[in-house]
Amino acid sequence: MSETSLVQEFTKGLWKEIPPFRLVLGLCPTLAVTKAFDTGFGMGLALTFVLVCSNILVSLGRKIIPSKVRVPCFIIIIATFVVIVELVMQAYTYSLFLRLGIFIPLIVVNCIVLGRAEAFASKQGIGRSILDGFGMGLGFTISLSVLGSIREIFGAGKWAGMELFGASFQPFTFMVEAPGAFVCLGLMLGIMNLFGKE
Amino acid sequence: MRDIIRMIVVLAVLGALSGGGLAFVKKNTEEKIEYQVLKFVKGPAILEIMAGCSNDPIVDRIKIKDGEIERDFYVGVFNGKPNAVAYETMGKGFGGPMGVMVGVNLDTDELIGMGVTSPFAETPGLGARAKTEESFKNSFKGLSINKPVKVKTEGGGVDAISGATITSKGVCAAVTGSSEFYNKLKPQIIEKAAAFAK
Repeated sequence: MSETSLVQEFTKGLWKEIPPFRLVLGLCPTLAVTKAFDTGFGMGLALTFVLVCSNILVSLGRKIIPSKVRVPCFIIIIATFVVIVELVMQAYTYSLFLRLGIFIPLIVVNCIVLGRAEAFASKQGIGRSILDGFGMGLGFTISLSVLGSIREIFGAGKWAGMELFGASFQPFTFMVEAPGAFVCLGLMLGIMNLFGKE
Repeated sequence: MRDIIRMIVVLAVLGALSGGGLAFVKKNTEEKIEYQVLKFVKGPAILEIMAGCSNDPIVDRIKIKDGEIERDFYVGVFNGKPNAVAYETMGKGFGGPMGVMVGVNLDTDELIGMGVTSPFAETPGLGARAKTEESFKNSFKGLSINKPVKVKTEGGGVDAISGATITSKGVCAAVTGSSEFYNKLKPQIIEKAAAFAK
């Protein structure tokens, strides 16, 4: 794994292993918060912050943390950053916080964050871990933004809160409901598989 | 044995660092969060009551101890004089308790407005119109807080919402009931509000 270049470490999160489409991890927030572009984008940024910070600390502590208690240690580190995100969001972007609601605290048990800590940061140096966190976080943000945009445009006729079509537009409300999230995600997975190799 | 000690030390240090960090962040965001919560939860009702004031009533709030309870008063400055306050009181509606925001002119003891806040679980289309029905809300204006506030059928001055007698009477009772602590704390309110004069 160490033969991969630093650039690849970053870009793999953007296409080759883009979460959640390639990894198919962290689907709970993916489906729940992508009713609109801005919630998806906000969730992505929150997760990126947590991912980068936890990757840094996990990588720094990889030689100190005994392997038997590594998971509790990871959880403490991740939970700390999640609470920081939660407090900062409450203080500065309260309306977004209200809409994301329970899904911010749930980042603690997000498979992507824990997965990267366990599978990557606990084995790699700090530089690579930061790049990995950024790449994965950015990939997740892009995925959620795209998914949110599609659902918002078709389901509500809006994008980031702006009306796109005239009054004659009949919103396809199925898209902003829960089943629509599954269908939309499935279609995107299919399209990605169509273009991707393997 | 050494292993166990190492695990305990690592976990304890990590936990302590996390706790310390979170306490620091919480301390620094506490004030901001309180403001945001007030702005988004109670703010709409306060700002509607204080329409036309020259300050931000949510920033210019005073806390006064009433026995065991601490009450918040939001001061509105009109024409440079801090002569209006809004405060929240609890009433009983059809669907359970409801928060009622009362605005009073400190000079004349007349009501300047009324708005409902949370909790608010009135029936949509009936009691829930207490939030939006202008004729209901406006009929509170100019009534004296020192006389019992009643709906018109009981000889008072409030236009009850048709189909929502219990909600209407509940709001009236809440306003009437609040006059007790309002009058008790009035000297303190005036004294503290004077600081906001421009």
